[in-house]
Formats: sequence, structure tokens, C-alpha cells
Amino acid sequence: MTALIIAEHDNAGLKGATLNTVTAALACGGDVHVLVAGYNAGAAAKAVARVAGVSKVIHADSVSFAYGLAENVAAQVVALAGYYSHILFPATASGKSIAPRVAAVLDAAQISEVTRILGADTFERPIYAGNAIATVQSTTPRNVVTVRTTGFEPAAATGGSAVVEQIAPVPASGKSTFVGAELVKSDRPDLTAARIVVSGGRALGSSEKFSEVMTPLADKLGAAIGASRAAVDAGYAPNDLQVGQTGKIVAPQLYIAAGISGAIQHLAGMKDSKVIVAINKDPEAPIFSVADYGLEADLFAAVPALVEAL
Amino acid sequence: MKVLVAVKRVVDYNVKVRVKSDGTGVDVANLKMSMNPFDEIAVEEAVRLKEKGVATEIVAVSCGSARCEETLRTAMAIGADRGILVETTEELQPLSVAKLLKALVEKEQPQLVILGKQAIDDDANQTGQMLAALADLPQATFASRVEMAGGKTTVTREVDGGLETISLTLPAVVTTDLRLNEPRYVTLPNIMKAKKKPLETVTPEELGVAIKPYLKTLNVAEPAKRSAGVKVPDVATLVQKLKTEAKVI
Repeated sequence: MTALIIAEHDNAGLKGATLNTVTAALACGGDVHVLVAGYNAGAAAKAVARVAGVSKVIHADSVSFAYGLAENVAAQVVALAGYYSHILFPATASGKSIAPRVAAVLDAAQISEVTRILGADTFERPIYAGNAIATVQSTTPRNVVTVRTTGFEPAAATGGSAVVEQIAPVPASGKSTFVGAELVKSDRPDLTAARIVVSGGRALGSSEKFSEVMTPLADKLGAAIGASRAAVDAGYAPNDLQVGQTGKIVAPQLYIAAGISGAIQHLAGMKDSKVIVAINKDPEAPIFSVADYGLEADLFAAVPALVEAL
Repeated sequence: MKVLVAVKRVVDYNVKVRVKSDGTGVDVANLKMSMNPFDEIAVEEAVRLKEKGVATEIVAVSCGSARCEETLRTAMAIGADRGILVETTEELQPLSVAKLLKALVEKEQPQLVILGKQAIDDDANQTGQMLAALADLPQATFASRVEMAGGKTTVTREVDGGLETISLTLPAVVTTDLRLNEPRYVTLPNIMKAKKKPLETVTPEELGVAIKPYLKTLNVAEPAKRSAGVKVPDVATLVQKLKTEAKVI
């Protein structure tokens, strides 16, 4: 029994979500191999080789993998799949796009957003926006899994010494091409890996107010910034900050929600945080039902006061 | 150009579901059912393509019990031209649905298939990608903007770090994210009109697809409850509690 992980990387280095996926793969019970499909991705392959618990790195290098197009990466995974009992992806935008293509071609079960591994074929995963937890058992010999990173500790990034094997890349599908990207450059910690997250909601009222109020708090705490769907829909914050059922799932040590009412879809994305603080002037806001500390106050006064007091 | 749109009947997004006490699943009896919100966005996008003169016909498909007819009528009230119900009482998992849709794609030969990125009941986020792989089509998941020109579609996608734009040859599969559009409200005259639109019913057998379970549900449980917290009177108390009680700052 051996598991294959598809590494999330930017060619130059490894993305943190891969480390949590290694922990999940080890819980499946066998050896762990990692595929690095990229372009000039030697540095990423070397980084994976140092991760504790990884016994082999498979490096496929091709310009067709430069932007992680799903058609091309999935074909590479399928070409390798024969050997593996488990194929795991982090449940990131990229992992979620590629994994089902692999499962479909292999006619294998896919278990999405796994939060706990109970055995080689038995997994826990949230359904209905986390309002229920299903325990499911796969009926197929191979399992394709996407791993919710908040459910697993990251593996140590150093201490391993896996061999790196170069393989010939599969040809490109030719049906999709990368046009461009507008990626947000930020010095803040990654939202899904941050120790502290401060999130703003619709009550902020404008994108100017959103950054004017939330940024000093994030700076003071060294926190990542998140947002509710309402704030993103209204254009106060970019889409990649959305926390919730269909956005990012976070579980930091401290989550501060300012001006967020707490729709079930938002709670689905943050209720596994260790400590939750809610600041809202509506005493009936549902966010208070999951908050460890609730402050009933106008956020425009309370957040600056909090920055001052910290 | 023909557009195929897949729609799923799910528990309405405003309803908080309850887990059955015997752990066999979620109690959906007598709950309000609606079209999966992401699928509504998919139908709306197809209708906008038709209004722009890009699409000529919109076919809505739903797989499941006879009651999915309601969901197809909603799709037709938004503006789909006809509906196909793949009727079965068996439990349908994403890969089975993808196989049914693949059979319909072969039959209908659409240039574009639009689906919601995930259903809000099983939160699987699989069907669109699986269909694309089975039909050997390119895909653009999590779309926030779709443009059609010159036999290609250019799609802007919501990805982890921001936005990414890719170009696909047609035919192609697109799955919708929240910011793609805001679906229109269906009007009464359109609901009436939708009742007269053609709706065909087929079975998985007729499509040559064997339905099988890939996953067996062993148990469904309530998530761990968070214990109720406290209200703090002011910012100073909050900071003091975070420092000395919770010890997180």
C-alpha cells in the first residue's frame, strides 16, 4: 500500500498545504510518494525530498505544467496511478480542480475535504456546510482524496531525505492554455495557515473602510485578513479572502470577526478556530453563538480601540 | 451554439439540516428544496449567453427522483429552452452523475456545459471536473467571468491567490463560482411559460449507464458543539481575557 501526493508548489518552492497532506497520507498506512509536476521545478522537488515521512519524490518537468493546467497534470497523475492505493491532493483550488479528473478516469471513489482518516478505506468529511459529519467507506480499490488542511497538522518540512526520480512528462492536452493571472502579493501570512485571522463583514460599508479598519488590526497582530461572502460580493475585499463553505476553510488559534453576522455558510469556514472573538453591534447576530468572547459594540469604535489596547 | 446546464435539487440554503438520531443520514423530509445556488448561477450564465446571441439553445438536465422536475421547471423559468430529467430512485454519487451527463453530452453535442462548482448538500465539488475528464474535454472551474470568441472560451477563475484566466477550445466544461453573475428573479409569466416547455424523461438504463455506489455512508453525526462563550463589556476586558484566559495573544 503506497500513497501518492500531488504537491502544491510554485515551481520555486513548496506550498504549506502539501505538508498537511503528507500527514494525512501517512495516516492511510503505507509509504508516501510525492509527485512534483512543474516547469523548472527542481527547487520544489528538492524541498519535497526534505519533508519528513516522504520516501520518494517523482519529478515531471514540462512547460505544459508551468501553470498547473488541470488537463495536463491529471493526465500525468493517471499515467502514474497504477501503483498506488491512495492518491491525495490538498483541498486547494488546484487540488479540487484536478482530483476529480483523476478519479473519473480511474473509476475510483473520490472523498472530498477529508478531515479525519479512520482507516485505509474509511474517512470523515463534513457535509451540509459542516452541519453534519459523514463517515464514509470507499468501495473501490483506489481512493482519490482531497485533504482539508485544517484537519491535519503539517509534517516537518525538514528531516527527510527522499530520493528524487525524474520521469518523462506526458504530452500536453492542447485544449487549454494559460492566459494570465492577477495574484495578490502580500507580506501577510497565508490565510489558511495563519495563527491569527481577522475578518471583516458587510458592516464595514466600503472597500476603503475595510482596509482602513481591518489593516491596522492585522498589522498589530501579525494576522491574515479574511472576509465574509457579503463583504466580498459587495467588493469590499478580494475573492481570495472569502472565508466560508465555498471559500477558504480556516482554523487559526484566534479568529476575530468584525461586523460579520455569522451565516451558516460563514461559520462553516471558521468554527474550528481555537478561540473566536465576535465584534458586532447586533446582540442577536448568530456569530455570538459560536464566539468564545462576544463584544457587543460598533466595530468602527471597538476595532481601533482594540488596536490601541493590544 | 447549444449549451447544456446541469441542475441539482438540494435542501434550500437557508435551511439548517438535522442529523437523524440513528446516524443514517440527514433528515430531509418536509424541508424546503431548491435549485443548488451555484447551478442557478450556471443557468443564468447560459441565459445571458443566449441573450447576447452567442447561445442558440439551452438544455437543462437534472438527475434524480421525479421531483427534480420542479428544479428543471425553475431552470426553464429562468430561460432554459427545454429540460431532460434522468429519473432514478437510486442514490446518485458525483461519478454516476458525471457518467449520465457524459451520455447526454454525446447525444446532445453541446459546445459548452455549465455546472455549479459544488452542491451545497454533499459539498463534493467533483461532478463538472469528472464530466470533463470522461468526455475528454477541457475545463475551467470556479469561473467568475466567461467570454466566448473564435471557437474558444476565455474564463477567469477564482483561485487561492486571486484570479487566473485560461482559454479553452470548445467544446468545454465550465463550473461557476459566486461572482459570475447574480441570477434574476423568476417572474410569474415566466413560471407559466416554463410549464409549457418540453421536458423529456429518460432512465440511466436508456443512457447505458449503470449506477453504482463508490462510497458507502457508515454514519452521519452532529459536529462537535462549541461551548457557549461569554459576552465581554468592553475592549479592555476582551484584551485581558485573550491574554490571561485564552492565552492566544
